[in-house]
Amino acid sequence: MSYEPKVVAFLCNWCSYAGADLAGVGRLQYPPNVRVVRVPCSGRINPLFIFSALRNGADGILTSGCHPGDCHYVSGNYVARRKFALLKSMLNYMGVEEDRVNFTWVSAAEGGRFADVVSKVSERVKEIGPPKGVFKKAD
Amino acid sequence: MQNLSKVIQDTAKKLLEEKKVDLVVGFAQGSLPLRSTPYFARTVDQAANLIWDEYCENNLTNYLRKREEKVAVVAKGCDTRSIVALMKENQIDREKLYIIGVPCQGMIDRKKASKLVGGEILEAEINGEEITLKGNGFEQKAPKAELYYDTCIRCAYGNPVIYDELVGEEVAAKELSFAEVEEFEAKSAEERASFLAQEMEKCIRCYACRNACPTCYCPECFVDTSSPQWISKRAYSAKDNLIFQGVRVFHQLGRCADCGACERACPMGIKLSLLTRKGVKDVKETFGYEAGLNPDDKPVLNDFTPDDPQPFLMKE
Repeated sequence: MSYEPKVVAFLCNWCSYAGADLAGVGRLQYPPNVRVVRVPCSGRINPLFIFSALRNGADGILTSGCHPGDCHYVSGNYVARRKFALLKSMLNYMGVEEDRVNFTWVSAAEGGRFADVVSKVSERVKEIGPPKGVFKKAD
Repeated sequence: MQNLSKVIQDTAKKLLEEKKVDLVVGFAQGSLPLRSTPYFARTVDQAANLIWDEYCENNLTNYLRKREEKVAVVAKGCDTRSIVALMKENQIDREKLYIIGVPCQGMIDRKKASKLVGGEILEAEINGEEITLKGNGFEQKAPKAELYYDTCIRCAYGNPVIYDELVGEEVAAKELSFAEVEEFEAKSAEERASFLAQEMEKCIRCYACRNACPTCYCPECFVDTSSPQWISKRAYSAKDNLIFQGVRVFHQLGRCADCGACERACPMGIKLSLLTRKGVKDVKETFGYEAGLNPDDKPVLNDFTPDDPQPFLMKE
């Protein structure tokens, strides 16, 4: 059986989750590898969630919120942005590959883009394979 | 150093006598060589026990949070940076705190010292720039600069950033260096991951690092919660230990004064500074912010600008 990665997607309720909905309503096809976790805002995403997902067997992570400037709570994603910059750097430092943890912004109108993003993420995670290093799965 | 002890004692006595403070937090002679112990002087007599030497490694800011009484503290450069960080978080009331600032060249690493002599050190003596280490059947001299903690060697903030009174002469400015972090960054991802996994296997989850840190003060830590139980309570898994350390470092971003108290407290000798200093370096490089230098600015993760860098975004 070919390797099908599990990608945990943290999507903000107001933009990216609605974007995913739009992709569904528009009947756009994208790989079924993502498992969506709906969060109120990208600012709600605690770095611990991402650590925890990797710890519990996620092959990849996708985190998405409203574009900067469009946050439903005005500044949630601005605050998240600072965290994400430092988190991504720290994860890479710990030996987690660049493509395994992905951050992006998808608006509620970008259904097509959401499908694209998911395809790209699943494809890239498939390429790098199951987690290596510290978060390697138990054999 | 002897004369600094005298000055600190006199200052403490004066403060206690004049009832300017109810308590002086400083250091006293420890029961082991190369180790001074935190000391709480409440009376003029007790103030005579205060000392200052090159073994005063603890970050005393840890004892200053939410104090009811008026307190004076003997603080090094890094301690004062932690004080500033905690003032911003309303954990320390500056009005009730008297800071006796002491410029610091560095503190002596007793692990380095015992490695150097290869035996148990029973006595140590400092003469100028040289330290004499004595034990059963050996006596060795070494330049003390070689025995400083790595974090002290790479520290650029030996001079207190805020104080009410400065004791001793200011030390010459050094350049901040992240050499060990840069060296680690240059390694391959596999090498980094396997080194960290090895280090994390040593962790016994005693939480000494958490307790030694002045800015780690949540009433309930995520590692202690059971609902949800984020990570196992056992130290069995290197993954769990790395999550503990990773998130601990993450909580310190923009607050960590890089004092190295966590690493010094670690009984297993884990190189925690490799993680903590990566955080400090990233904050400085990405947002040009250094914790605890300015009492008036906002902590880096409480703040934002519309044009913050977004190097983390996936390539599409």
